[in-house]
Amino acid sequence: MNGGERIAEAFASARADGRRAALMPYLMGGFPDLEASREVGLAYADAGADLVELGVPFSDPLADGPVIHAAAVSALRGGARFDGVLGAARAIARRVPVVLMCYSNLIYVRGIDRFADALVAAGLSGVIVPDLPVDEAAEILEACDQRGLALVPLVAPTTPADRLARIGAQARGFLYTVSLTGTTGERAAVDGELPQVIARAAAVTDVPVAVGFGIGTPDQAAAAAAAGADGVIVGTRLVRAAAEAQDPAGAVRDLVRDFAAALR
Amino acid sequence: MSAVEHRFGPYGGQYVPETLMPALSELEAAWVQARADAAFSGELDKLLRDYVGRPSPLYRARRLSEAAGHTIYLKREDLNHTGAHKINNALGQALLARRMGKPRIIAETGAGQHGVATATACALLDLECVVYMGTEDMRRQKPNVERMGLLGARVEPVEAGARTLKEAVSAAIRDWVTNVESTHYIIGSCVGPAPYPAMVRDLQRVIGDEAREQMLAEAGRLPARVIACVGGGSNSIGMFIPFVDDPGVELVGVEAAGEGLETGRHGAPLTAAGVPGVLHGAFSAIMQDEDGQILEAHSISAGLDYPGSGPEHAWLRDSGRARYVAVGDDEALRAFAVTARLEGIIPALESAHALAWALSTGHGELDLICLSGRGDKDLAEALSRLDPR
Ligand SMILES: Cc1ncc(COP(=O)(O)O)c(C=O)c1O
Repeated sequence: MNGGERIAEAFASARADGRRAALMPYLMGGFPDLEASREVGLAYADAGADLVELGVPFSDPLADGPVIHAAAVSALRGGARFDGVLGAARAIARRVPVVLMCYSNLIYVRGIDRFADALVAAGLSGVIVPDLPVDEAAEILEACDQRGLALVPLVAPTTPADRLARIGAQARGFLYTVSLTGTTGERAAVDGELPQVIARAAAVTDVPVAVGFGIGTPDQAAAAAAAGADGVIVGTRLVRAAAEAQDPAGAVRDLVRDFAAALR
Repeated sequence: MSAVEHRFGPYGGQYVPETLMPALSELEAAWVQARADAAFSGELDKLLRDYVGRPSPLYRARRLSEAAGHTIYLKREDLNHTGAHKINNALGQALLARRMGKPRIIAETGAGQHGVATATACALLDLECVVYMGTEDMRRQKPNVERMGLLGARVEPVEAGARTLKEAVSAAIRDWVTNVESTHYIIGSCVGPAPYPAMVRDLQRVIGDEAREQMLAEAGRLPARVIACVGGGSNSIGMFIPFVDDPGVELVGVEAAGEGLETGRHGAPLTAAGVPGVLHGAFSAIMQDEDGQILEAHSISAGLDYPGSGPEHAWLRDSGRARYVAVGDDEALRAFAVTARLEGIIPALESAHALAWALSTGHGELDLICLSGRGDKDLAEALSRLDPR
């Protein structure tokens, strides 16, 4: 089974289990350190994650708010490097499908083919590149398609209809639907427009629609599912927990259980 | 083929979050429309003349020429209102923002010159203005922080990383991602995603257009070398472009060698010519480690303290049309002091890099140097570093 198929299966089995949406917690690779991040990922799997999104720390993460930015800086200070993060990814990917969140410079510096080969070798299922709009994605998409890796694109509330259709047609794995106009981070409530944002996304694509950015409580996760999301991505809340806890893996395990329960 | 260049050879592009893509299309469309509209260019030209004080003079620097052993002409962007070339771009983009109906402006600033220029344009056009600035730059460019406040702008301190220009740009882009509906981002150099590099170049080419005409009128010939400092590259691209098709004119961009290229503590991505990459939305010459992490730049000059460069410069370099060199902190400081003593002109530390290079090379040449700004903002920093003799 290739990466794209593994992602499809994860969404299908969540649905077959009668759950309202698949749960995809995010973690920052190398944060608080490499070993701990591996354990955080495994704790996600233990606690009911259907997929895991693994961030590669980057010095200049333009799509991220202060919490994830700080985690990236801290991971880099702690010596986290791309190869080390892929090592952690490999362990997590034995349990659940892992999708890498990786800024474009980290791809170009290695060369696209070398990058894609490394992902396949680590058992990853797909990649999200938050600063790679479809307009710039042709080469990377081709390299991913050749290897059965899913290049997961993003759509935003600001994306107009014609772009949305282009992005939906190119989507592999799932369509990452940004719930709000802004960077990653917790918000008081999900955007009131979310049902329309999800419906617009679902109308242009054959792959599942997963909602991310701004989902920080089990209630918000349930609200996203009720708004029509096939998957829910939880990032900043969990990164914050990992930052604040003595025992990051234990802390996120409890939280992810709560999120999973809310989607049952 | 789009109306505004997205690529310069392999460089450029739009590597930004999807949220911003519609805003970039909207900006490009508005720019294409505005630049073809006589009312828009008429208003900009009138402001450049009556408010900024253009054309800026071309000045034959007699005593500097004697010291250098060859003739040096200075293009006096330091005499513009607000004291640098940055106003050419800020005013053009602020007019465009007003035309687009965006009531809120954000900008980043390093030396503070772009922040001051943007705050000035916003005061003039009654636009809300927020300027992101690293706290290290706020320290070393304090007078400009105070100026921005007086002009009604809010200066947002940026604490991340080395607390300089790179982080200020990142913070401004994050603000834009969040407030894109109401806000126009006036980027301060020919960097960032398309259409910025081409648009900023078009707004800055007035420098070179004037200078070329002035040289022909005053010296009766074109310069042998056109020299400008390169931070992101806006005064240099504006200076170079009108001379690109003059085969006898050498184009030289002077970056910051900081503490020395070999130390890695510099701001010279074009000269160092490492692996190109993506920073702040464009693929260009950047400073990065083998893993792909962006490195912090180092320069005594806040405006050159940047690990990226405009994509068109990367292409001018690769195609061989321009060459890029680097001058260190100490040489720049020396040129700063020498220019003050010999000409009664206190140059910006940024511009002092270009002066230093011209002073140290090329006997028998005829140099045209862009004096991109004045050095009042640098007095405290420079005096604390200059040899007390
Ligand atoms: C006076 C002056 N010159 C040069 C620069 C460098 O910018 P650029 O390379 O875009 O001209 C700055 C930037 O702050 C500046 O203030």
